[in-house]
Amino acid sequence: MPDISLAALAAQVFTGLVLGGIYVLLAVGLSLIFGLMTVVNFSHGALYMLGAYFGFVLIGRTGSFLVALVLAPLLVGAFGLFVERFLIRPLYGRSPDDPLLLTFGLSLVLVEVARLIWGKIGVTLDPPPASAGAVNLGFTYFPSYRLFVIAVTAVVLVGLWLFLEKTNVGLVIRAGSRDPLMVRALGFDVGRIWFLVFGIGTGLAGLAGILAGPMRGAYAEMGVTIIIESFVVVVVGGMGSLLGAVISGLLIGQIVGLTTFFAPKLAEIIVFVFMALVLLFRPSGLLGEAGLLE
Amino acid sequence: MKRRAAAWVRRHMVLSFFVVFAIFPWLVPYKSLATQVLIYGLFALGFNMLYGYTGLLSFGSAAYWGLGAYGTGIALAKLKVTSLWLALGVGLAAAVLGGAVVGFFCLRRRGIYFAMLTLAFAQLLYFVGFHLADWTGGDDGLRGIAVPAIGLGSWRLPLDRSVVFYYFTLVIVGLAVAALKRILDSPFGAVLQAIRENTDRAAACGYDIARVKHLSFVFYALFCGLAGALDALRLTVVPIESLHWSTSGQVVIMTLLGGAGTFFGPFVGAATYLVLEDAISVWTESWPLAIGAIFMVFVLFLPKGIWGTLTGGFHGR
Repeated sequence: MPDISLAALAAQVFTGLVLGGIYVLLAVGLSLIFGLMTVVNFSHGALYMLGAYFGFVLIGRTGSFLVALVLAPLLVGAFGLFVERFLIRPLYGRSPDDPLLLTFGLSLVLVEVARLIWGKIGVTLDPPPASAGAVNLGFTYFPSYRLFVIAVTAVVLVGLWLFLEKTNVGLVIRAGSRDPLMVRALGFDVGRIWFLVFGIGTGLAGLAGILAGPMRGAYAEMGVTIIIESFVVVVVGGMGSLLGAVISGLLIGQIVGLTTFFAPKLAEIIVFVFMALVLLFRPSGLLGEAGLLE
Repeated sequence: MKRRAAAWVRRHMVLSFFVVFAIFPWLVPYKSLATQVLIYGLFALGFNMLYGYTGLLSFGSAAYWGLGAYGTGIALAKLKVTSLWLALGVGLAAAVLGGAVVGFFCLRRRGIYFAMLTLAFAQLLYFVGFHLADWTGGDDGLRGIAVPAIGLGSWRLPLDRSVVFYYFTLVIVGLAVAALKRILDSPFGAVLQAIRENTDRAAACGYDIARVKHLSFVFYALFCGLAGALDALRLTVVPIESLHWSTSGQVVIMTLLGGAGTFFGPFVGAATYLVLEDAISVWTESWPLAIGAIFMVFVLFLPKGIWGTLTGGFHGR
């Protein structure tokens, strides 16, 4: 048992919050895409990896982390649009397993392409100079960049929430996840909404990737473990429930953060144990509605 | 003549299997590839039973393959079991037990959740295997597996020659193929396919869907576990990759290449995959790029797979 000071514990809670933020960005994107299109995007982890590498390239080219932070998710989102248009769209009307299988194949390809372009070893991303060093939180010092990640995640989530709740497009998206047939009957082009949502969801994966870059570096396999953990976050939160994904992402971030502190060996396993418990006692997830989208 | 041959194959599927694989080692570049095709074909056969016939897409097959491999490997290397049959039994028991428990959890959610849950539980087992290094060898893999000779009474047959091991594998895999044929032809097999076609209607007919699916999952784990156990004997090592998600992905790719829901598809797929891997790895390290792209083409344009397209068979769902 390590020597536990309250300050160290509090710092760990903040670390868990950062990790939770990354989970939330990934899970919200997955959940958005799934809720609307019943497509499980297996390549989400690979797109997260692309976000980090695009960030690496853009920081090198522009010299500005902030420019890269804006451009990398947009590029990943644009790639997502391309994927939806040419790879996923032909599969609508077939079994929901087919897009999952296809994006699985895509993730194999993307990881290998990343290895060919950027090498096998991985690269490091420089955080913005302004966020170098640590901030005194009163009880402990905490790396400023991590606070920056928490802030960006919060701003993006609030922005997404406003977009979905307050704009007409957001209204159609929410309606589409309830009853696509009815939305189509009302004269909306559901295909265009799906296209847009896939772009947003994959863009969020790209954002998570570039945000994680300065903390974890960028390497070809970086998306593999985190995609599985993000699936767990989505299942625990309740599939298709965005609020569920947020709560569950933050919760699992804390669980992993604290387990890393107290029993590092269990940190990789605890996520799955937690998932098993949720399945046992609340099979539809924390905020999921039983039977929805099954 | 051709049609008569096809009809004969349909009537005598298990016999056709034995005929083809009796001469198979002489049709491939080297004999150990033939053994691999049999073992991975059996792995894909198990996966196909769950996906192709019951309509459940599992992304966690590595768990049962790995449980079978480690069960048999640990029995031989750590527990010093001297009977091959007992060691195989330990591997099968581990896989079946794992399948029964994980199946219970995963089948609590229907539809697309299932794929994610099976993947998550397999990942859990991977980490457990990784950390239980005293038993599994952890990152280095489980070493020191001595394959005992098989025997009946005073007659002993050592399996160390590759041809002998091939025919030993052929007999075991052939028995599994016959068992699967029997299962699929039974009323239980008919219910599996009814669930694939329309779960709600099968439920309305009065079948206990949850139990049938769970049983199907246990059979799937059994076949995957047997394949994993045979692979432990083939390699005399169990690498930690046995439990890795990429092993689960491999069997998905093999089955879909061959043709999900077709009887011989898994073996056609395993052979295609292994031969391609062999050929492509010679001139590029980026084998996953090639197979990923080929797989995407199959999902998009050839969802019935090679065997399914040739025989006009059935695609997934």
